[in-house]
Amino acid sequence: MFDIDKWQEIFATIKKNKMRTFLTGFSVAWGIFMLMILLGAGNGLSNGVSENFMRDAVNAMWLWSGRTSIPYKGMQENREIRFTNADYDILKDLEGIEHTSGRYYIGGNLFSYGNEYGEYSAITCHPDLKDVESIEIVEGRFVNQVDIDQTRKSVVLGKDIYDALFNGKEAIGEYVRVNNIPFKVVGICTEGGGTRHRNAYIPVTTGQKVFNGSNRLHNFALTINAETLEESQAIENRVRERLARKHKFDATDESAMGSYNKLEDVIQTMKLFQAIDIFIWIIGIGTLIAGVVGVSNIMLIVVKERTKEIGIRKAIGASPASVIGLILLEAVMITTIAGYIGLVLGTGLMEGLNFIVEKQFEASAATNGGNGETLFRNPTVDLGIALLATLLLVVAGAIAGYIPAKRAAKIKPIEALRDE
Amino acid sequence: MISLNNVHKSYVTGSNSLHVLKGIDLEINTGEFVSIMGSSGSGKSTLLNILGILDNYDEGSYYLNGSLVKDMSEKKAAKLRNELVGFVFQSFNLISFKNALENVALPLYYQGVSRKKRNKIAEEYLDKVGLLDWATHLPSEMSGGQKQRVAIARSLISQPKIIFADEPTGALDTSTSYEVMDILKEINNDGITVILVTHEHDIASMTQKIVRLKDGHIDEIIKNGELKNFQHQYAKELETA
Repeated sequence: MFDIDKWQEIFATIKKNKMRTFLTGFSVAWGIFMLMILLGAGNGLSNGVSENFMRDAVNAMWLWSGRTSIPYKGMQENREIRFTNADYDILKDLEGIEHTSGRYYIGGNLFSYGNEYGEYSAITCHPDLKDVESIEIVEGRFVNQVDIDQTRKSVVLGKDIYDALFNGKEAIGEYVRVNNIPFKVVGICTEGGGTRHRNAYIPVTTGQKVFNGSNRLHNFALTINAETLEESQAIENRVRERLARKHKFDATDESAMGSYNKLEDVIQTMKLFQAIDIFIWIIGIGTLIAGVVGVSNIMLIVVKERTKEIGIRKAIGASPASVIGLILLEAVMITTIAGYIGLVLGTGLMEGLNFIVEKQFEASAATNGGNGETLFRNPTVDLGIALLATLLLVVAGAIAGYIPAKRAAKIKPIEALRDE
Repeated sequence: MISLNNVHKSYVTGSNSLHVLKGIDLEINTGEFVSIMGSSGSGKSTLLNILGILDNYDEGSYYLNGSLVKDMSEKKAAKLRNELVGFVFQSFNLISFKNALENVALPLYYQGVSRKKRNKIAEEYLDKVGLLDWATHLPSEMSGGQKQRVAIARSLISQPKIIFADEPTGALDTSTSYEVMDILKEINNDGITVILVTHEHDIASMTQKIVRLKDGHIDEIIKNGELKNFQHQYAKELETA
């Protein structure tokens, strides 16, 4: 394959027609450049959206109670449904449920420590909430089962609350007042995937006891053990039917008990992104094909222009295979080199864009109370795709060269004698 | 070396058929120096193309160096051309972006000879035609006579048994024409068969055998001994002209 003369001949013809080679190469470079940009943008959008999703576990499900809207078993509508600790015990052991946490809403939520105070959300929960909402512990620990069992007055502070109240001082073991009731700080946490950490977590049983909630719960946060849309819907239905039976409401009554199944959304969104991905590939490859046709076209002209030369070569003793090789190699070389340039430029542009996006993300996170919002993250193409695109280019080059090479092989040596 | 028996060739363009060669019988032995003459349209170039396996024929038989040349695959024809014959063309047919040395070395490239070796051999042959100093020049930098000498060196480098020359002096002035003919004569003296097509009598008269074509037939073959006679006749023609 490596043959100095062959390469020399290719370079000689390329040198003779710089402009033509450039224009030919440009169409291919443009094709691959567009493919890279499209794929990068698609990835960026997909990454941005899935990052927003990842703030909570993707398989999370929420349930909340309300008032019935459908008469059921002789009972009128507009009956209030109340969750209790007994429901927590039912859900916990239901098939397909991984983690369960109940919540009892408490009002007010004024936090104070020494002379510092602020308004934040106190969320009552079970230990499993850590997994449902992807909470990360910075220091100390999260709410645990002992807190629940002994209704201890423990609190896990969000990073922002800690920063505001303690300003860098040691907080673990200190007492923070929540609605004027002292709670012992046991941990500091951040919310996974988020940039805003303004929630504090206290054991649900403590919340019920201290804030007069008896055994009442307002909502549940769950994670479910499902891979597909069907599985997750089946689990959702099972949960609805089980609670409907206990509280005597129609399982289809969305206002008696509301439920949000995140996995359903995630799966549907991911499907959308897959579709977008396929669409991008179709457009990208279409653009590339236009480039390949361009190369093929130019190579046909090259063959036509070189009829005499090819005729001479044949008269001298060039075999058809060597003539085909010459044309094919030139086409492959032009497409590969030009395509590679397009690949590098495209990837470079997306990396540059990534840099800017990250800067903006940091800037918005800094100014917006640590709440960086973006729909566009890491708009880059991974190495595997780039390699695939390179392979695609070589194949494209071979296709581009095939027809012209075949034409070249057919040229009769007598054409050299006639063509003048 | 060459044996043609009742060779026919017609060119078909659309519904028209042009019968160019109408039964050619010809024997050429090894070491002969032959010229093919005839007015334009007499089929002399077609005959040369068939002899050089650049074109095929419709009827009859053609034996080259003892083997039948008919309906050959392009690959086999290329090999035969490469090993057995050399071509010299009226328009030189050098490759314009290659220098003299590379042009001369090209047939050896197709024989698979290494670069170093073939360039060395090409230098030898360039020296033979007196153009070693011009080795690195492109064809566009050379005169017609020089170009034709490069072309002759190229045709010789594969050590062929036959050289086919299609109007080798057609694009040259008289003195360079004679120089080229001298080189061809030398080649012939080395034992290589030389067959050339020309319409110039003075060029033809320098060969040993003249084949005159007329309307697709061989009109007459003038051999060695009669050549003087031919020259005489030619001189007479010049006088009357």
